[in-house]
Amino acid sequence: MSKIKLTIDSQLIEVEQGVTILDAAKMINVNIPTLCHHEDLCVSGNCRVCVVEVAGRERLEASCATPAEEGMDILTNSAKIRNARKDVVSLLVSEHNTQCTTCYRNTNCELQDLAAEYNVDGDKYMSVLKPNIEIDKSSWSIEKDDSKCIRCQRCVRTCAELQHVNALTASHKGHEMKISTFMDLPFNEVVCTNCGQCVNHCPTGALTERRYFDNVWEAIGDPDKHVVMNTAPSVRVALGEMLGFEVGTRVTGKMVTAMRKMGADSILDTDFSADLTIIEEGNELLTRLKKALVDGDTSVKLPMITSCSPGWVKFIEHMFPEHLGHLSTCKSPQQMFGALTKTYYAEQKGLDPKDIVSVAIMPCAAKKYEANRPEMNDSGYRDIDAGLTTREFGLMIKQAGLDFKNLEDSDFDSIMGESSGAGVIFGATGGVMEAALRTAYAVVTGRDVPFENLNITAVRGTEGIRNASIKIEDCLPEWNFLEGVDLNVAVAHGLKNARIIMDEVAAGKSNYHFIEVMGCPGGCIGGGGQPIPTNAEIRAKRIEAIYEEDMSKPIRKSHENPEIVKIYKEFLGEPLGEKSHHLLHTHYRKRNRY
Amino acid sequence: MSNTKLKKVDIIFSPYSVAPYEILRWMMEKDKQDIIDNLIESGLRGRGGAGFPTGLKWKFMASEQGDEKYIICNADEGEPGTFKDRKLLVEVPRKVISGMAIAAFATNSTKGYIYLRAEYNSLIPSLKRELDVYHEYAAKFGLDFTIEIFSGAGAYVCGEETALIESMEGKRGEPRNKPPYPIQNGYKGKPTLVNNVETLASVSMVCRYGAEKYKSYGTDDQRGSKLFSLSGDSLKEGVHELELGMKISDFVEEFGDGDTKAVQIGGVAGFCIPRKKFHETVIGEGNTTGGATMIFNSSRSMYNVLHNYLDFFAEESCGQCTPCRVGTQQLLKGIEAVKSGDKPIAYLDDLVKLSRTMKITSKCGLGQSVTNSFSSIVENFKEEMHH
Repeated sequence: MSKIKLTIDSQLIEVEQGVTILDAAKMINVNIPTLCHHEDLCVSGNCRVCVVEVAGRERLEASCATPAEEGMDILTNSAKIRNARKDVVSLLVSEHNTQCTTCYRNTNCELQDLAAEYNVDGDKYMSVLKPNIEIDKSSWSIEKDDSKCIRCQRCVRTCAELQHVNALTASHKGHEMKISTFMDLPFNEVVCTNCGQCVNHCPTGALTERRYFDNVWEAIGDPDKHVVMNTAPSVRVALGEMLGFEVGTRVTGKMVTAMRKMGADSILDTDFSADLTIIEEGNELLTRLKKALVDGDTSVKLPMITSCSPGWVKFIEHMFPEHLGHLSTCKSPQQMFGALTKTYYAEQKGLDPKDIVSVAIMPCAAKKYEANRPEMNDSGYRDIDAGLTTREFGLMIKQAGLDFKNLEDSDFDSIMGESSGAGVIFGATGGVMEAALRTAYAVVTGRDVPFENLNITAVRGTEGIRNASIKIEDCLPEWNFLEGVDLNVAVAHGLKNARIIMDEVAAGKSNYHFIEVMGCPGGCIGGGGQPIPTNAEIRAKRIEAIYEEDMSKPIRKSHENPEIVKIYKEFLGEPLGEKSHHLLHTHYRKRNRY
Repeated sequence: MSNTKLKKVDIIFSPYSVAPYEILRWMMEKDKQDIIDNLIESGLRGRGGAGFPTGLKWKFMASEQGDEKYIICNADEGEPGTFKDRKLLVEVPRKVISGMAIAAFATNSTKGYIYLRAEYNSLIPSLKRELDVYHEYAAKFGLDFTIEIFSGAGAYVCGEETALIESMEGKRGEPRNKPPYPIQNGYKGKPTLVNNVETLASVSMVCRYGAEKYKSYGTDDQRGSKLFSLSGDSLKEGVHELELGMKISDFVEEFGDGDTKAVQIGGVAGFCIPRKKFHETVIGEGNTTGGATMIFNSSRSMYNVLHNYLDFFAEESCGQCTPCRVGTQQLLKGIEAVKSGDKPIAYLDDLVKLSRTMKITSKCGLGQSVTNSFSSIVENFKEEMHH
């Protein structure tokens, strides 16, 4: 790549050819405001907030969409620019529902920040907000309020580029232009996977998760209810961002204390059921391999693909319904947890399951939908009563008036509060695969996986699709059929990459045995329910924190978690046994393509 | 030089006086570079409105490498008050198609499309018949360049060349960020030359008569002749071919009804010229080259005229960029508020400023040009905006 020289605010700089003016300015710490721009997404250039002046041109240029050119002389702050930006922000405000005080995104809204920065005069332009805009609350996971939409199309690009779902699209033109779904159908009737990436990428309150925290407060306040809270692995490495900590800070102990102080009756860990997932899913994989390799059963579907991510599960149900047989029948850790809370836990604690309210705190928007899937009632009750996002949980902590930064650390309760490092790394892309390999390899060979500190670095990282091959040698006698087999595995994250992997599977060209798919970029740490903003740098720091948490755990393999050993001994019997089958496994269904 | 009297000419609609596609055959005997140089020399500018020198555009196109290179004839004639392209496609489609084929030959392009606005679908059968004739001759001449008709879907913004390309690719008709320009990265990511119908017909005429002859029409600044779609308070509505460089006063004298108050040149995206400026304004100088010309006499309310334009813009903005989508609504609502007395007359000044912000911040020519008609009507007919 050749270099070019240009001047920004009288400073001469040299940049690679093709770099945008916006990025060139960033290199010399000149911040240009943006709205439609998001580093996860392709350039759009439609909000026109980032305009700059290029000497010799009357028109301003959108810095996010204009490549720097040799010899350009650029101003990023002049009266002409400030006036233009103020006008543009004023126009956005004039079509916006400005009831900020009652907005879920109040104080975390990019439009609000800009309107404040440019001291926008709310009376200058008349409101052109359409009257009687109805909020679409049809989905269990996502609410869409067009009155707050600034038409930046970040959601559309997220849904199309990052996720290859295309549930959202721009429709109509001119003053009627809006973000819509196929035929303007409600969210719950279209191809939306509920991944929530659109929510995480929305600069305003137009797309938000459907909130259930008031129901949780109500249950906490009800003396007849026993509220069980469990938190997903990735919540503990992101929650701190909302409460005054640096990105990538682990706040596990404070998080547990906070839940206790909020008044939950029992603070348990979804990491426990992540460990359980490994046992069930690992055994399912070995069973499938045996059927395929020994019994020659051609009906066995390989590769087997993970089913922990409800956004991914709904994606495959919509997009590749003829290949549902590849999905592991294991429920996600959340749903295993729910089913066990109202059976095993209730039994052990002497509680009536009807009095238990199970609350799952998740990095995810799709988990809300998953909790409400009609079949998720194997305990005889709704297995999970409420799914909250990390964001809702952070808000509850604020509402509770807790000085989070200065809370003491404390431990999860028992039972179902113990976990291994393998359960923790579920939160990062590649984590389920690594956890599964740690256990499966040990089961088959009686030895630890042959990697330093059990860290299987080949499946870690942020490449969209990664693969690895592990040779199985010196098996225990009962696993002899796997002797010398190269176990081929792959990891994909973000539904765009899921589609690439699935296209291979559908074409019969996949030579993998086992694939981990996570619906969101980076895995759960980048989930649609995580603190806003989320971007590549933030995802990387959360991932780092997850692996630190793993290393800090005395137990690093799921099958060595004593509570896992105990639950099989006292309650489940054996992996894939009758009780497991009833409580921990599920089925899938074909869905429409629009 | 801008004192040319109004002169009617008859080049563009004159019959194709040689054997079918003979002009193309002549050109194919020439050096490609010479064809482009000749076009540059002729001074022909794009007739769609932007007025970019056509020869230069071809030169850039010729220098682009690629297995596939496209020529698109922009027949999405959607500017209100414009109907010249339709007449060309009905009466002299051979000249338009010849222009495309000459462009293909000169720039080594491989495939052509006529992007026809959906409202012109009734022209498809006759255009297809002419394309059959063309394809026969192209085969005879050994030119491997076929042309297809692509029917648009109706949005005004698709006349903007990058929105047109998006629409052809099956996407929503929204303008792209430029650069890259279509010449570098156009239809399906390949080099693409988009020329207006009249431009292509004019190319044929430049090739037929030579640059020298073509140049002898018009003025130093504006070469050749141009079609004007004339409507409004005139007894001579229709398409007129005129030499470029005439004053509005000449134009009004010839075409007005004796009571002309204002002339809108360049369609709704162009300028409104009031009577007091008829003598000092030359069509095509500092205004647009689109050719839609509307004459208003003193019975017309300029408020209604402007309201009508803004209504159109607020609906036809693609809605993608903020200044155009919201700005057009604000201008419309703003003049209504001034008219009804809800806003003071001084608010018009704020609106003119807003229209200038739209000009410098909008993504494409649509939002950028709203200020032309808006400020020229508001500033010249202010009293009509509130009485």
